[in-house]
Amino acid sequence: MSTIVTLPDQSTAQLPKVSYLNQEYGLKSWLLTGDHKRIAMLYLISITFFFFIGGAMAALIRMELLTPVSDLLAADTYNKVFTAHGIIMVFFFLVPSVPATIGNFCIPIMVGAKDLAFPKINLLSWYIYIAAGIMMICVLVFGGVDTGWTFTTPLSTHYLNTNVVTAGLAVFLAGFSSIFTGLNFIVTIHRMRAPGMTWFRLPLFVWSHYAASILMVLGTPVLAITLVLVVLERTIGIGVFDPTKGGDPLLFQHLFWFYSHPAVYIMILPGMGVISEVMSTFSRKRVFGYTAVAFSSVAIAVFGFFVWAHHMFIMGISNYSALVFSLLTMLVAVPSAIKIFNWSATLYKGSITFETPMLYAFGFIGLFTIGGLTGVFLGSMGMDIHLTETYFIVAHFHFVMVGGMLMAYLSGVHFWWPKMTGRMYPEGVSKLAAVITFVGFILTFFPQFILGYLGMPRRYAAYPPEFQVLNVFSSAGASVLGVGYLLPLLYLTWSLKYGKIAGANPWQATGLEWQIQSPPLTENFAETPIVTHEAYDYEWLESKKAREVPTVG
Amino acid sequence: MDSHTVAAQTAITPHDEQAHPPFLRHHFANVAQQRETATFGMWLFLLTEIMFFGGMFCAYLIYRNWYYPAFVAGSHTLHIWAGTLNTTLLIISSFTMAMAVHAAETRQRKPLLRWMVLTMILGIGFLCVKAYEWHDEWVEHHVPGLNFSPAEFQNGSKAYPDDKLPLDMAEKAQVYFSLYFAMTGMHALHMIIGVSLLAFLFVKAWGGAYTTGHVAPIENFGLYWHFVDIVWIFLYPLLYLISRHQ
Amino acid sequence: MEHHEHHLHLTASEPTHHEEHIVSPTVYLIIGTCLLILTASTAAISYVDLGVFNAVVALAIACLKGSLVVLFFMHIKYSSKLTKLTVAAGFFTFLVLLTMTMTDYLSRAWGRW
Repeated sequence: MSTIVTLPDQSTAQLPKVSYLNQEYGLKSWLLTGDHKRIAMLYLISITFFFFIGGAMAALIRMELLTPVSDLLAADTYNKVFTAHGIIMVFFFLVPSVPATIGNFCIPIMVGAKDLAFPKINLLSWYIYIAAGIMMICVLVFGGVDTGWTFTTPLSTHYLNTNVVTAGLAVFLAGFSSIFTGLNFIVTIHRMRAPGMTWFRLPLFVWSHYAASILMVLGTPVLAITLVLVVLERTIGIGVFDPTKGGDPLLFQHLFWFYSHPAVYIMILPGMGVISEVMSTFSRKRVFGYTAVAFSSVAIAVFGFFVWAHHMFIMGISNYSALVFSLLTMLVAVPSAIKIFNWSATLYKGSITFETPMLYAFGFIGLFTIGGLTGVFLGSMGMDIHLTETYFIVAHFHFVMVGGMLMAYLSGVHFWWPKMTGRMYPEGVSKLAAVITFVGFILTFFPQFILGYLGMPRRYAAYPPEFQVLNVFSSAGASVLGVGYLLPLLYLTWSLKYGKIAGANPWQATGLEWQIQSPPLTENFAETPIVTHEAYDYEWLESKKAREVPTVG
Repeated sequence: MDSHTVAAQTAITPHDEQAHPPFLRHHFANVAQQRETATFGMWLFLLTEIMFFGGMFCAYLIYRNWYYPAFVAGSHTLHIWAGTLNTTLLIISSFTMAMAVHAAETRQRKPLLRWMVLTMILGIGFLCVKAYEWHDEWVEHHVPGLNFSPAEFQNGSKAYPDDKLPLDMAEKAQVYFSLYFAMTGMHALHMIIGVSLLAFLFVKAWGGAYTTGHVAPIENFGLYWHFVDIVWIFLYPLLYLISRHQ
Repeated sequence: MEHHEHHLHLTASEPTHHEEHIVSPTVYLIIGTCLLILTASTAAISYVDLGVFNAVVALAIACLKGSLVVLFFMHIKYSSKLTKLTVAAGFFTFLVLLTMTMTDYLSRAWGRW
């Protein structure tokens, strides 16, 4: 088996004369486009915007926590800041991050289709996202909201006089945008596959998006109705969750977490898809145990609906129910571990190179493993009662969401950047950024595990002075992390004009998207591809290269 | 508007030259694929609707177990004739909608328009009855948060003089009415959206848009309409019937 | 999984092969009549005191009516396995929501260990 890496000589590569980027010009051609690639770009710009707003909120939080007393921000302002950070990062960045950008761009190409099944709904989903985003910005401008991202009742319905209704409706709308994206993906994957593209020839990126889309379609409506009921309770005063009228606040949490636990899989599964692609490409090997990895995505999606009450162990649910949910929670560790082991096994005897996407992917594997394992700690009831509502939780889900998902997102953005723009990012500085991100991340969140274990509660602006040393570490790490995130913004923007021309397949990857020009044509394929090989078949790629006459541009 | 018009020209594969009607979007190979795709998409959307209403049905189940006497008393205040009439209207409207789909499939413009109008009238009829009921509940101080009064449930109503609940349980009738208004309100919202969509489709059907083989919009609207009907089929016994004799 | 997906066939020989099954108006009429009869009977039965079985019977009839609408008006009886599976997935997830929530509500009164 030939696994010697021969990356193509990019000095001869030229940008194609016609691509989706220059097929049409003008703002209108972007705002009214049906092209999934252009919509992906619109999403990329918008979620980057929200990422940096959410990031600014995080910076404020870490600055406040530099000292034990509430000095930079008053306590109620602090509440608003961490709420804005949570809502923006979860609903406006993490949920649409990989699916709406990279997924939107790549899935139709990966299955060999000209577009997603419903291009107009795809565009509508972006507009809904923007409407929701504008509402969220309005919330921030007109005084913020301080419920925490969970909108917990009766705090949200009775005890706050901030913009809960607007924020709730913003999240409701963002949910619809996510439903439309998921619905589009499922239909596309079922109905738009090219001839010969069987289910088990699909790249694992598509499988993981399929699983995440199922969660979006089945979970998000429950969040929607829950928020509608909260809004009705706040405006009219109906009593579904209101204990003074006989409602049960815990029912709110059941319904909320019925979505919001699967939502963490909505966030992480697409990232896992990115890692599968990157791991395979940069070790030039088929992903070890393809079928197991594919089905583990589906298993995560299915198990995701059976574990939600582990967010509620101390909230007053029945002990017996908590026991059941605690046991079921352990199940999720199995498919997650299958993925980690299989990615590691993919590396074995591979021809590994360390391009930036691979560095981020390694970061993902390490950090996600820590995040996942601490999740198992938290899923066991006894530990959870000690650790819940402390910084241990904060550290846990940041390891999964930031260390896992954000690393995967950046990995994916770097990996597909040549395909999206036709130009390479600068390799040296981007490797530096990957390392800075990793170091900054560890420095920020590892101390929070210790803080949480020592008992520092989350969601407070002030804390006992003995926790200050670790908090200073954490805040210092956050500034390093901030540099790590600003660098890609700068050099990726720079590369749009000055980056080296990438050529069709700079990584020598096997996916269908790498067999077409970069950036692709509007209709993706000049003629409908007929798929005859498995996913990650590097020998097929070798023989294809041997046969084809080199044409560039 | 569509940036693929150029692409669409080049992308027509030779095998479907005999069937490339104007409504076939460029990224589908043929009409059958487009139609199946649209139907599947519609079903997935209905899946989200199941879960959307599912949250409220779940709440109803829980609270009915908790506040059984209050739910019984609350249910007693509804007009069973109104519920039955509305169920009948919706079922007939489902039938007329099914016939509209049939007319579109067999490409008969006049019957299509006729069945659509009938469906619309029945839908509006449903909404009128519903509005009457809501008005009634408003008059009787049954709207939680706005004008709810537990008096009727403490002292017994005209129809059920034995419905005398202690004050704390009488207050719980608010939960029943909260869910009643949330569920029927969401259902009515879906009906209003349905009637509006139907009006929109009617205008296009008038121009003959759906009797040339392009049945997917009518078919998928039919699915939506039937789904809304099914939600009511379950709301009807839960809200009106099952507590009659308790 | 779906070996017979039409877009795998590149031949032009079967445009009618995937034509949707057109249900005849007679079927619609029969089903509509059944639904009306069931509505009348469920309303009538609610006036008979059956104890707990009032709820059981009413919900059973509702399920039957719902199934008739799904199967015939919504053409599920004539649809592909995929569509059937989609409907099933919806009800399955709804049941998960219901049962897993009920594990809490049913056992909350049991107290501590």
